[in-house]
Formats: sequence, C-alpha cells, structure tokens
Amino acid sequence: MSAILQVRDLRKSFGGIVAVDGVSFSVAEGEILGIIGPNGSGKSTLFNCILGQLAPSGGEVHLDGRPVTGMRPCDLNRLGVSRTFQLLQIFPQLTVRENLILAGQEHQGTMLGRLVGPRDAGLGAAAERMIGFFRLEHLADEHAGDLSYGQQKLLDVAMAFMAGPRLALLDEPAGGVNLTMLASLRERLRAINAESRSTFVVIEHNMEFVMALCTRILVLAEGRVIAEGEPAAVRSDPKVIEAYLGHS
Amino acid sequence: MKNRRLAAGIVLAAAGVFLLVAPWGLKPYGIFILSMWAVMTIAAIGLNLTLGYAGQISLAQAAFVGIGAYITAWLTTRGWPFWPTYIFGGVSCFAVGWVLGYPALRVQHHYLAFVTLAFNTLVFLIFRNEEWLTGGIYGISNVPRPGVLGLSLNSPLAFYYFCLAHLALVSAATWWLIRSPWGRAFVALRENPIRALSLGVDTRRYTLVAFALGAGLGGISGAIYAPLVQFVDPTPFALGLSLNLLLMVVLGGSGYFFGPFLGAIVAVLLPEWLRFTQGYYLMGYAVLVILLMAFSPTGLLGLADRLTRPARRRTAGAAGVAPAAAAEGEGVR
Repeated sequence: MSAILQVRDLRKSFGGIVAVDGVSFSVAEGEILGIIGPNGSGKSTLFNCILGQLAPSGGEVHLDGRPVTGMRPCDLNRLGVSRTFQLLQIFPQLTVRENLILAGQEHQGTMLGRLVGPRDAGLGAAAERMIGFFRLEHLADEHAGDLSYGQQKLLDVAMAFMAGPRLALLDEPAGGVNLTMLASLRERLRAINAESRSTFVVIEHNMEFVMALCTRILVLAEGRVIAEGEPAAVRSDPKVIEAYLGHS
Repeated sequence: MKNRRLAAGIVLAAAGVFLLVAPWGLKPYGIFILSMWAVMTIAAIGLNLTLGYAGQISLAQAAFVGIGAYITAWLTTRGWPFWPTYIFGGVSCFAVGWVLGYPALRVQHHYLAFVTLAFNTLVFLIFRNEEWLTGGIYGISNVPRPGVLGLSLNSPLAFYYFCLAHLALVSAATWWLIRSPWGRAFVALRENPIRALSLGVDTRRYTLVAFALGAGLGGISGAIYAPLVQFVDPTPFALGLSLNLLLMVVLGGSGYFFGPFLGAIVAVLLPEWLRFTQGYYLMGYAVLVILLMAFSPTGLLGLADRLTRPARRRTAGAAGVAPAAAAEGEGVR
C-alpha cells in the first residue's frame, strides 16, 4: 500500500524546550495508526505541526508524496485531511445539524457559489446520514452546547468525517467518554475505516481503546519515537514500559 | 414551532404596520428622529455583522458612515445624481473596510479595538482638517434630496419612507446572508476560529469579508444620512458615534438579528422620549443603560431569550419534539 502521509525528521522547539525531536514515520492508505506516549511526550505538538497549526522548526510533511509542510489548516482540510483536537472543539451556539453542515460546507463549490447556493450548502442529506451514523438523531436540533460531554465528543468526531476525509488525525477521541459511549465510538470509527478506507492517526491515552482500534502503534517519549510496531509487541516493549513507569 | 413562527410573523407584521403609521401626526422633528433611527439601524446592522456574527470588534463604524455621507454630499452638491454616489459610497466603504480588516488578521479583542479606534480618529481628522476636500469644520451644506421615479422626497414624510424602504431592503439582504453558509462561517469565526480553520473555513477571507460588509453597510447608512440632514460636517462622525453604534449592537443583543433595531430605539429614540425630564434626561438614560448592562450583558434580546427558553422547552417537550427543536436555527439568530 502507498503511504498517504510521510513525516520526515520533524522538529519543533519552544525556546530551549524541544517538544518534537526528529520524528519520522509514514502511514499507509487505509491504516489506523495509534500514537501513544506519556504526558508531555510531544504527541499533540506533532499533530499541530503536521496540520499547519504550528510551524515546525525543521523537517518535512508529505501528503501523497506532495510537500505540505506549514500549509494552512484550511488548505490541508480541502486536500482531504481532517482532525479533532485534544479538547472539545465544537460550536456550542449552533445546533448539531448546523455543526455538521458547517463541517462540510467549505468543500462545496466556491465561496461566492455558497453565498448564492442553498442554505444547507446541499449537505442536508449528508448531515442526516452522519447524524444517523453516530446515533445523534434525537439531538439533531439541540444546540451543541446543551449536549452531554460524551455526546459532544461524538459530534466532534462526526464533524471530522463530514467532508469524507481521506486522512483523519484524531487527538484523544476517547478522552472523558464513558464506557458505553466508548464502545460505540470505536465501533463507528472501525465502520468508517472499513466502508470508506479512510486512514486514521489516533493519539490516545486509553490503552484498551487504542490497542483494540489500531493496527500499528508509534510510541513517543520526550519528543522522540522510542518504539513502533503491532499493538501486542509495543505493549511488551521494555522501552515503552520504562517510558510509562520510569526506571525500577 | 409553527405557533412560534406564526407569533413571530404577527409581531413582525405589527411592527411593520407601526413603522408605516408612526410618523402620521408627528411634527417634522419627530419624523426626522424616526428617519434617523432607520439610518442608524442600517449602520448598526453592519456593525452587528462584523461584531455580533463574526466576532470582530470595530470602533470605526462612524468613520464609514462619515465616508459614505461625505462621498454623497460632495458629489451630489456638484451635480451628480444620487444613485451613482450612493453606490460609490457603499462600494468605497466596502473596499476601505476590506483593507481595515487586515489588522484583524494579526490582532484581536482590545488591540483590534484600538486599531479601529485609531482609524476612526484618522478619518475624523481628514474630515476636519482637509478643508479643500471636505469643507473642514464648515462642512458641506445644501445636500440635495434624491427623487425616486419622478417623485420628490423633499418632504420629511416622503424621506422617512425612503429611509424605511432602505432599512427593509438591508434587513432582508442581511437576513438572507446570515442564514446562508456565509452566516454559519461567520458564527464559526466568532465561536472557535481554530476549529473553523481545521474544517476548511478560510478564516482570513471571512474576516475580511465581515469587515468589508459591515463597512459597506456603514457607507450606505452615511449615503442616506447626508440627504436626510442635508448638511455634513465632521462632528457627528467622531468616536462618539462609533461608541453609540457599539452601544446599539450590545444593548439590543449582539449576534441577534433584531438586536440593532432595538438598540437603535434605545440609543436614538429613548433620549428624545426622556426629554420631558429636561436637564435630567441624559442622566436617566445613562442609569438605564447601566442597569440594563448590569442585569443583562447579552442585551435586550439575550434577556428575552433567557426568559422564554424554559417555556419554549416545555412547549417543545409537550409536542414530543427534542427540546431545543424549539430553538431551531438559533445558532444563527
């Protein structure tokens, strides 16, 4: 399988602090790659550098072999790259349906065309499908700000898939989600991966969730890759155990 | 939901009829004040678009009203017909607003407020000091009133209806705009620009558009202000008007479609109604504004929204609908 995303020697420093220190990896099309590591290991900074939210201090990011280092997040999104954030990022004053339509509308025609086009940007049916897929039917007209945390998390993830991305980078999708909702989220993500062959890169602290979802795991510690491989192999890697538990 | 729409329709129709008959029996000064309310509401609708929907603070709206007014006054007193000057005023302000939007790409909140405040001061100084162009403190007098389809608008009543027609057109266009995908993108820009950017919303372009559209409406408001007052001088376009327009938006309810209408009632009409208190009317007005802001920082419509939400939820619940279905589409209010 060809690599959809290639990260080469990516670095990011904040003053004297090196948050990401020469990280390289690639993700094959249709793969679900997990990125784990202790707090402060540079996972979210890595995401922000890949997605143009932060300018990397060095290194390169390639999408389908094309350099996209430092490209603006909105331009990357239009190339089919979507993301969620570590903290919930929804639009509380908009309804669930409006959040979803917003998440896809910028992919519909030109800016001027959207002004004179239909109010739902032609996404009404797609939004309904996504609402059904994430089982949010009874909440479709609720303000997103009125939803429970778990429901907001589902909406957050649903928004990332509204434009049918080829690559989705999910930052702690399971964070703060209860067990019932967690199983539902995992099931939904697997279904999207199977149906649309979307590629996922998932940062997660919930080991059970990430080990069950991902086909390959990358472990970061102090900004560097310390291990990479299948979930079972990574779980028993002494370097990983040491990174999480410290020296004995 | 249907009942709520019906009630809203009835209230709107009643307000429309009231605005049509309100000037009947009023003296010219009363009609002038009502016309001024319509003109200022247009400027406040523009600011509400920039600030209320897109979340970009601007203390420069008076400058755009002034630019629109001066362009119309300058050209019409030199023999130009009204409509080209009106369009020129609006388009010029749109272009200047677009340029003024660039600082908003770098700074936000109170820093942006100071950038726009400085712009307002700069424009005011040009109006006052560049006498060869603006007439300086003497201004431009004898601004003619336009005619429409051969009808004269010289009488206060005819010009009031002209202002009202403009307000209706601007309101309809703005209503359509904020319900389009652009309106949703403006709200996204206001609520969470980082997430908006990650969803493909070009926040840079939408910020510029929000500034430009708000400024353009300011220019249109000014283009009607000039023939309404028939005299243009720098004083009305100082910072005081920008603050007053900001007050209208915030008092009425920032980000609410009808906020500027109510805010302009409080800021333009209320001081006139309170004149019976003679020397105390401005004090009374100030106390009223302080109380309103202290007890309802989301403005009059924010207060109404808060008070009626439980009832709307009960109604929706009783109808077997998801509770917030009663508030459908309120994200873009």
